[in-house]
Amino acid sequence: MKKLIRLTALALASTLALTAGTVSADKLKVGFIYIGPPGDHGWTYAHDQGRLSIEKELGDRVQTTFVENVPEGPDAERTIAKLAETGHSLIFTTSFGYMEPTLKVAKRFPDVKFEHATGYQRADNVSTYVARFYEGRYVQGVIAGKISKTNTIGYIASFPIPEVVRGINAFLLGAHSVNPDIKVKVVWVYTWFDPPKEADAAKVLMDQGADIITQHTDSTAALQAAAERGVHAFGQASDMIHFAPKTQLTAIIDEWGPYYVARAQAVLDGTWTSSDTWDGMSEGMVVMAPYTNMPADVAALAAKTAESIRTGAFHPFTGPIRNQAGEVVVAEGQVADDGMLAGMNFYIEGVDDKLPE
Amino acid sequence: MTELLIASIMTMMTAATPLVFAATGELVAEKSGVLNLGVEGMMLTGAVFGFAAVTLTGEPLLGLAAGMIMGLLASLIFGVLTLSLLSNQVATGLALTIFGTGLSALVGLDYVGKTIEQIRAIHLPVLTDLPIVGRLLFGHDPLVYVSIVLLGLTHWFLKHTRWGMILRAVGDSDQSAHAIGYPVIAIRYAAVAFGGAMAGLGGAYLSLVYTPLWAENMTAGRGWIALALVVFASWRPSRVLLGAVLFGGITILQLNTQAAGLGIPGSFMSMLPYITTIVVLVLISRDSIRIRLNAPACLGRPFRAER
Amino acid sequence: MLTLEARATQSALAAWLSPLLALVLTALTGAMIFLAMGKAPGVALYIYFIEPLTSWSGLSEVAVKAAPLILIGMGLSVGFRAGVWNIGAEGQFIAGALLGSAPAVYFFESTNLLILPCMMLLGILGGMAWAAIPALLKTRFNANEILVSLMLVYVAELLLVHLVQGPWRNPQGWGFPGTRMFPDAALLPMFFPGYRVHLGTLIAVVIPFLAWFVLTRSRFGFQIRVFGSAPLAARHAGISSGQMVWTTLLVGGGLAGLAGVMEAASTIGQLMPKISPGYGFTAIIVAFLGRLHPVGVLLAGTAIAVTYIGGEGAQISAGLPKAVTGLFQGIILFYLLAFDLLTRYRLTRVGTKGNTA
Repeated sequence: MKKLIRLTALALASTLALTAGTVSADKLKVGFIYIGPPGDHGWTYAHDQGRLSIEKELGDRVQTTFVENVPEGPDAERTIAKLAETGHSLIFTTSFGYMEPTLKVAKRFPDVKFEHATGYQRADNVSTYVARFYEGRYVQGVIAGKISKTNTIGYIASFPIPEVVRGINAFLLGAHSVNPDIKVKVVWVYTWFDPPKEADAAKVLMDQGADIITQHTDSTAALQAAAERGVHAFGQASDMIHFAPKTQLTAIIDEWGPYYVARAQAVLDGTWTSSDTWDGMSEGMVVMAPYTNMPADVAALAAKTAESIRTGAFHPFTGPIRNQAGEVVVAEGQVADDGMLAGMNFYIEGVDDKLPE
Repeated sequence: MTELLIASIMTMMTAATPLVFAATGELVAEKSGVLNLGVEGMMLTGAVFGFAAVTLTGEPLLGLAAGMIMGLLASLIFGVLTLSLLSNQVATGLALTIFGTGLSALVGLDYVGKTIEQIRAIHLPVLTDLPIVGRLLFGHDPLVYVSIVLLGLTHWFLKHTRWGMILRAVGDSDQSAHAIGYPVIAIRYAAVAFGGAMAGLGGAYLSLVYTPLWAENMTAGRGWIALALVVFASWRPSRVLLGAVLFGGITILQLNTQAAGLGIPGSFMSMLPYITTIVVLVLISRDSIRIRLNAPACLGRPFRAER
Repeated sequence: MLTLEARATQSALAAWLSPLLALVLTALTGAMIFLAMGKAPGVALYIYFIEPLTSWSGLSEVAVKAAPLILIGMGLSVGFRAGVWNIGAEGQFIAGALLGSAPAVYFFESTNLLILPCMMLLGILGGMAWAAIPALLKTRFNANEILVSLMLVYVAELLLVHLVQGPWRNPQGWGFPGTRMFPDAALLPMFFPGYRVHLGTLIAVVIPFLAWFVLTRSRFGFQIRVFGSAPLAARHAGISSGQMVWTTLLVGGGLAGLAGVMEAASTIGQLMPKISPGYGFTAIIVAFLGRLHPVGVLLAGTAIAVTYIGGEGAQISAGLPKAVTGLFQGIILFYLLAFDLLTRYRLTRVGTKGNTA
């Protein structure tokens, strides 16, 4: 009798679900909410690669679903809830703006586990995770400091949130460590993904004398605009070398795979608990793309710097660090603690910009 | 300082080019009496199909052609609805924008994250290397020149040819033109089609030259700016270039002030292009005499031959 | 030979038939598109159009999504009838949300029950103020209201970003953009636990009937209808076009502003950089689909909301991209406009022997 019911249920389910296939009660269903398209070759692409890692590592035991281009706000809440309603036991929400919706849905579905990227609020069934991208920024700064001839770096920034400000600061710290005369020019484009605008920003920065371009936005447009003028640039979130084979120096690659697989495994094993993860190079969450288009000694220095960060021998935010007003915020020999880093909303001295209020 | 000025002007010209294409096309359509608000949709259609064509064939010229053709086809949907089925032009134009946005997003899904060989700026021996004027006159990408030439040709067509005059007559007084025996509907179809092809070309410029990428909604309101440009230019082609460079310039200017570290909040600077458009619109429109002289009298009204 | 002959009065039958025909034809076109994409058309259509209505949570979500569309669509239809093209409802929505949320932002710990009605009022005023700009510029300077109201959309969006990133930002929010969550007193009450239907949804359902009453029974309503169909006659009757422009834009703006503050005070619960997935533009389709008639707008808003919810479901269970929803909406509008013809003209046969129909 049970078998008959089960068979009937399966038949019904399969007439409604096209690509998802038949639902097996044993598979762990993992859902992903994306802010953009996996094809952006940036932020969302990296998360999707993480999703594919789960499929590769855990094979038959999992089934993943993703929903792309989900705007932050009420639509997000509905989509997350839909995933929870349709049997997904682990759901990754991959943008800061999904924080409130994630928490709301988590309350309604206490048995579902949620992983929210770049957020700061947790619950019994909500974890947060983010990567120490600033470690990669520091390495990029070192490279830029060595290579730049005009001593001017162009930085295309998205929104003045701590993560972005932290990145700018780390970059400049790295650059100053090899070249105290480096200046950073910042342009805020108020978007994560808008290729023509990013290209415009790159052009303007180059017009104003920047000979290295770096970005905290998601498309390859800035890199390509720089390449068109033969200007070096850094890729973002994934290795963008094939978009600019002759000019990309390196890129910070977001490696979400190991973390994602670990979390899925934890759910399968029943050992999942709410946590806050802020991993970096040492855990393999932040990886640098191969160092290209630069002299061998610079590449060696970059690799050495990255290695020292990876082993924990060196922390990018090691004092003395002064803010723009000249006050010492991190004393000599001290290291900025995670609290200061997480909420960073001030520039260090040397940034050619005023933080938008 | 001169270096910065020259570089900025170069960047402004590329920013202006898609606007020039789209506005030229829309100007012709409006001169014939048709108000097509679907410019944004047509540009996006041209952008995605142009990009797809180049991705699949590797030929930039094919991409530009594809952009023009698809923009033209999109405009014909509008044409059939408004010219033959007499639907409301405003609503139909809006529908075209919504449709074009959705269609391009759908078609473009397979092309996000792909890239192509960018169409590069020209370099003429000796000429481009001249100090100052060299790059300003001879250093743009080919389409910048094409847009200016097309604009010039449009001006000449409207003002100095018989068919141009007929087109203007159709826009100013369709019943009289019909009475004389001119094919009003056919002329409007042609004008709308031209508008579509130009908008498609403008869109293709964005995805083939401006950035060798496709992204949903990449026109970001340029189609609407182009519509405003036509009013700004008082329906005269010569003014279109000025308006386009101005608008392109404002967009670049705000980025420049940021990069220069002047400390003006970014979001306010970003509002500049739009506020400027409003201000310019007001200034132009309040001169009602000029508007009456230049605006096609039958703009937006459907034509039905009176017996 | 078939020809078109103008009708003396609009055909009521055609007026109600054309939206239905448009929907049916859209569904058929959709089926063809799905086939071309390799998906089973029947199932996909079911997920898009029927499935949202088959569960209480689906119905609740449709209602929640439809509410702003109906409100804004109402406001727009009044203007469109009078030939006043308010394309900037999106900006008025945001302006209403901004002004309306101000009390919640400044009195963030308030328990005063008056705060909510206050917010609603301010929301209406905010939307009206934003719509007053194109009204003023049109009546004083003859500036085209389409372009002015549209440009103001971009301005409003940027203003929102500025406020939630700067002066109104949550100080405990780690520097991320967004206001504090609104206090409970400032949130629209919900009725059924577990479902998101709230007071605003109810208001959105009631207003169309109110509007119908006003349009058909009041002098103002009469003026609007006359002005739309016979502007010259209206002017002779003493209704100035300037008055029409002002009243219709203010009504449209006010309703959009109300929708905005209600959205912020319910499903979102705060202000964030993006609070509308394009309601102001989709409402244009709703207005037309509803034949500019209040009850029609109610039905049309519901139908469009169904396609939104269905579209999200289709992403999850059928792997259909979000872009298809936008495409559908454009297609519906095209078919509708094509059939619009039939309400104003009649197909007649004209014989070659000179007899008229």
